[in-house]
Formats: sequence, C-alpha cells, structure tokens
Amino acid sequence: MTATRSVPGPARRAVLRFARERTALAALAVLILIALACLVGPGLTGHDPERAYPDLRQLPASLTAQPDAERLRPALERLAFRMRARLDAVERDGDTMRLTLASDAGVDRRSLVYLPRSALFGTPVVVDERDGGRGLVVAVPIRRLHFPLGTDIQGRDLLTRCLVAGRISLAIGLAASLVALLIGVAYGATAGFVGGAVDAAMMRGVDVLYALPFVFFVILLLVFFRPSLLLMLVAIAAVEWLDMARVVRAVTLSLRERDFVRAARALGLGTPRILLHHIVPNTLGPVTVTATLLVPQVILLESFLSFLGLGVQEPQTSWGVLIAEGARSIEAAPHLLAAPAAFLIATLVALNLIGDGLADALDPRGD
Amino acid sequence: MIRFILRRLLQAVPTLLAVVTVSFFLMRLAPGGPFDLERPLAPVAMENLRRVYGLDRPLLAQFGSYLAALARGDLGPSFSFRDQSVLDLIARGLPVSATLGALALGLATVLGVGLGIAAALRRGRFVDRLLGFGAALTLSLPSFVVAPLLQIAFGLTLRWLPLGGWGDGAPSHLILPVVTLALPQVGALARLTRASLAEALRTQPVRTMRSLGLPPARVTRHALRGALLPVVAYLGPLAAALLTGSVVVETIFGLPGIGRYFVEGALNRDYTLVMGTVLLVAGLVILLNLAADLACAWLDPRLRVAA
Repeated sequence: MTATRSVPGPARRAVLRFARERTALAALAVLILIALACLVGPGLTGHDPERAYPDLRQLPASLTAQPDAERLRPALERLAFRMRARLDAVERDGDTMRLTLASDAGVDRRSLVYLPRSALFGTPVVVDERDGGRGLVVAVPIRRLHFPLGTDIQGRDLLTRCLVAGRISLAIGLAASLVALLIGVAYGATAGFVGGAVDAAMMRGVDVLYALPFVFFVILLLVFFRPSLLLMLVAIAAVEWLDMARVVRAVTLSLRERDFVRAARALGLGTPRILLHHIVPNTLGPVTVTATLLVPQVILLESFLSFLGLGVQEPQTSWGVLIAEGARSIEAAPHLLAAPAAFLIATLVALNLIGDGLADALDPRGD
Repeated sequence: MIRFILRRLLQAVPTLLAVVTVSFFLMRLAPGGPFDLERPLAPVAMENLRRVYGLDRPLLAQFGSYLAALARGDLGPSFSFRDQSVLDLIARGLPVSATLGALALGLATVLGVGLGIAAALRRGRFVDRLLGFGAALTLSLPSFVVAPLLQIAFGLTLRWLPLGGWGDGAPSHLILPVVTLALPQVGALARLTRASLAEALRTQPVRTMRSLGLPPARVTRHALRGALLPVVAYLGPLAAALLTGSVVVETIFGLPGIGRYFVEGALNRDYTLVMGTVLLVAGLVILLNLAADLACAWLDPRLRVAA
C-alpha cells in the first residue's frame, strides 16, 4: 500500500483479508461451481430427471456410452421377446445394428416401434424381408447415452437427479436461513438495544426455547401433519434463529453505548430508525459469519428430515431423499449413496470453510 | 450455591410446563388417533378403548388429569405397547441411549479437546490448517451417511463388527454407533477449543507469563483453564442430546433406545409415550445445562459472583 493511497475502510480490509484465505477461496469456488451446476446442469446432461431407462437400471458410474456391448444383447433379447420374435442374428457395424428377426406367425412391422421406445435405439429401417414376412432384417442405429454417475434403481440418470435435488436442498438452505436470519436479527437487535427488563425477558424466552427438544417437535409436527415444503421451511427457521438472536444481541449491547448511536439518539431519531440505520448495519460482520455457518446446519437438518421421509416428498427430490434411496440399496449399488452424499458433504464442507475464513477475515484483531 | 441451584430448578418448571402443553395440544390437534389400525375397529370397540384410556373426555379435562398424574411422577400407560407403562419403556430405553451417549461424549471430548489444543498451539501452521479442514469435514458428515458406510465397511466387507442390534450391550455392538455419534462432535469441539484457547493465549496475562520465562506447558495449562469455559458450556446441551439418543443412529443400527421409542410413539400416535420421551429430553437438557453452568463457575471464579 503506497502512502499516497487512502487507508482502506474496514469492509475493504475484510475483503482483502478474505482474499488471502486460500482455503476459503477454494471453498467458495467449489460452492459456486456446485450451485451453477445445480442451476443449469440438469438441462445439459441430456436426461430428464424423471426419465427412466428400464433396461439400464443401477448402472455404475462410468464414462462409456450406454448401452455398451455387455448390455446390448440382453436388452435386444428383451425387446425381441416383446415383439414376439426370435433374434436370429445380430451384427454390429459401428453405431448401427443389423438385426435378423424371425417369427413363425410373421414379424409385425408395427412392433418395431418398441425399438425406439426403449430409448436405447433410434428409428429402425427395414433392409430386407425373408420367407414372406416371417423374417425381417432391420438396421437400427444405437443411441449413445451417457450416465457419468450411473443410474438409480428405476434407471434414471443419477447425475441429473443429484443436480435437481441440489436445487431444492440449496433453495431450502438459503430460504430457511434467510427467515432465521431476519427473525434472529430483529429479535436480537431489539432486545439488545432496548435493554433492561425487556431484554431480560426476551433473552429468558430464548433460554426457554433452547431447552425445548426442538428436533423432536419438528419431527412431531411433520409426522402429524402432512409434510410439505412450507411446513418444513417454517419448522427449520423456528429452530435455527436462536443462535443468531444471541449473537446480534451481544453485538448490539456493545454498540448501544457508542458515540454515533448516542448522537443519533440526541438528534431525536426513533428507536426503529436507529436500529435500522445504525445498529443493524454494524452487526453485519458477525451476522455474515453466523449466517454462513447457519446455512450448512439448515441443509443438514433438511436432509435429515428428508432422510426420515418427513421432508421433501416425491416427485420432488433433495439430497436427503436421494441418500435415503441410496442407503436402502447400499449393498447392491453403493454409488447410489455415494453420489448424493458427495454433493451434500462437498457443499457443507465448503460452507463451513467459507464461514471459518469469513470469521478470520472479519476479526478486527487479524491485522 | 444451593440457592442458585434451587432457583434454577424452580425456573425449569415453567419451561417443562411449556414443553408438556405444546406437545400435548400439538398431538391432539393432529389428525389420527392411537387406535387407527389398517383394518378399522368396530365402532363399539373403538368407543370402549377410548373410554378405558379416557380419550372420550373433554381435552382440557384430559390435560388436567395428565398434569395431575405427572405431578405424582406417573407418565401413564403406553398406548401402543400393551400392558406397559411409559416409565417401564423409558427404564428400558434410557440405559441403551445413555450408554451410547456417554461413550460417544467421552470419545468426542477427549479427541476434540485434544486436537483443538494441538491446533491452537500451532496456530496458522500446517497442523492447524489440516485440523481446521478436518473439523469442517467431520462437521459436514451427516450421521445418516456415515452410519451406512461404516456398516458396509466393517459389517459387510471386513465382517469385523455386527451390522446392528443391541446384543445386550456387547462392546462389539457399541463401536459403530458410538463412532457415528461422536464423529461430528469431534470437529465441533476441536474448533471451539482451538478458537477459545488461541484467544486466551493472546491475552496480556498469558503474554506476561511467557515473557517471565515460565515453562510453556505451565503457561498453556493456565490459559486452558479459562479457555475451556465455552467448551464446558457447549458440553451441557451436547451431553443432553447424546444421552437421550439419536433418532437416526438408533434407527439405522436398530437399537432399542429413547430415540426409537420416540419415533415409534410418534408414528403410532402413542400420546403418552411421546410426551414421556419429550419430557425426559427436556428435563435432561435443563439438568445438564445447569451442571455445565456449575462446572463453569468452578472453572472461573468471576462467574460465581455473577450467579
């Protein structure tokens, strides 16, 4: 920093310090990547999250195009059976298959529609007809489908489902945190600023709420009333605002006696205006840190509830729902658990590391 | 001291009353009842059952008699477990949950505080960064992911440990659930200890001690005493959460603890069982928070005056 330039303000200093936290910066990059992938990714994977490929169930994660050589023959056998025909010969020529179908009753050409309908093959072209319709030679292109993370029990693309699930998990994490943040900041700032008996009563209330087994209440609420996104959002926010209220109150208490607040009061500003213009902006540092650490807690609680079947309901899906599905078939296909769990854990780790980095960067003693 | 404890216990009464009231009316306002079976009962049988359990009386009268029984220490009969009182069930479930919880708490405290101290003493160095990352990682590992993974690794692949079940508390049955319960808390405690101790090491008295040439071990021990305050305060609610069982861990490992009874009770609309477990948890939270506050007062004389 050269002497001619002005000394950076506290906000700018915090940003500069945060830029030095390499771990936190890497975590931020990972988080942005995951969020972007969830936002635009489902449109790019080439699969609809609900599209099931019955012939490609529980595929392991792999980069090879499907159907591969190993799965081609069984899939064709099944299709031929449905077409009431025998599969006399199969030849592969690049991306095209030459199938010789035969049936004593004659191969019904209309049944060829089963081939494209399976989504594994393109539109078939009849090349040759033998024995007066009892044999049929068909050229059919093989579709090339990619399932980088494999498919689930119903043959749906796991990557697409993880990304779509991430939208819900992240949205709930942000929305519930935002609600908790608003309640916590308003409550804590009011208690701290008004002080005295009001403060004592308000914080006594928080203490009482801390002693309530809230997770049990949330479970009760969701078991007894039909689980819905809104109910879960409200329940999570109701649990998670307490920490925020405590943090904001503690900061407000120290701000209350500062000169600029006294000056505002001497100028005759009302309590709401002082709170909004002088107290709350100055609590932003600790609030940001607490909120960053709040989001992973909320996402974890959401996945926990969804894992128990009390949160997000089909056909919507979240990481918790996918993890629950994966845990049920963990012996047969461990990747069904691993993929959504990796997304969830990566997000939570990233958020926690960003929170740590912010806490260090905003610590005024850090210089 | 005694007066302080008594006052805190007295303050707990309204809290517990709030817990009872909220859970009682929450359950009664919810649709469905304890005798809704897949094949509906005959109306007469239903009527009789409801009369036997007193469900036909007005809601407020039921609430009154529940409170009266509660004052006598009676949590009532269970609706879904025939011929068993809620107290019986809690007496059976609590030892299971408490054993797991106590072991997990011990493991998490030893590891977490130890690693936290190690990180604080090497602040900003490689070990500190590594431990910081490790703490963020364990904090982010949900028990419902860890538990199935441990089952696969140690139960199915290596076949060293049983997949689940209580096995009358045999040590081999305890390892996986205890590790699952303790893991996230190791990270939480390490992070808390590190932050608190690192700050204590920067204070004036500690710097003075160091500059006077006192041995580093003694300086650390001195700083640690004050630095452990937030850790001890955190241990109170943590102990309550761990001792009363984890719904997920007990469900995945098939353990007959408090968390299982709570879930079973909630699913079967077993009003008294749910109330009993919720009350137990709330009571333990209050008691253990009090214990944590007392421990803090023992560690820090300044707090004794304030109390």
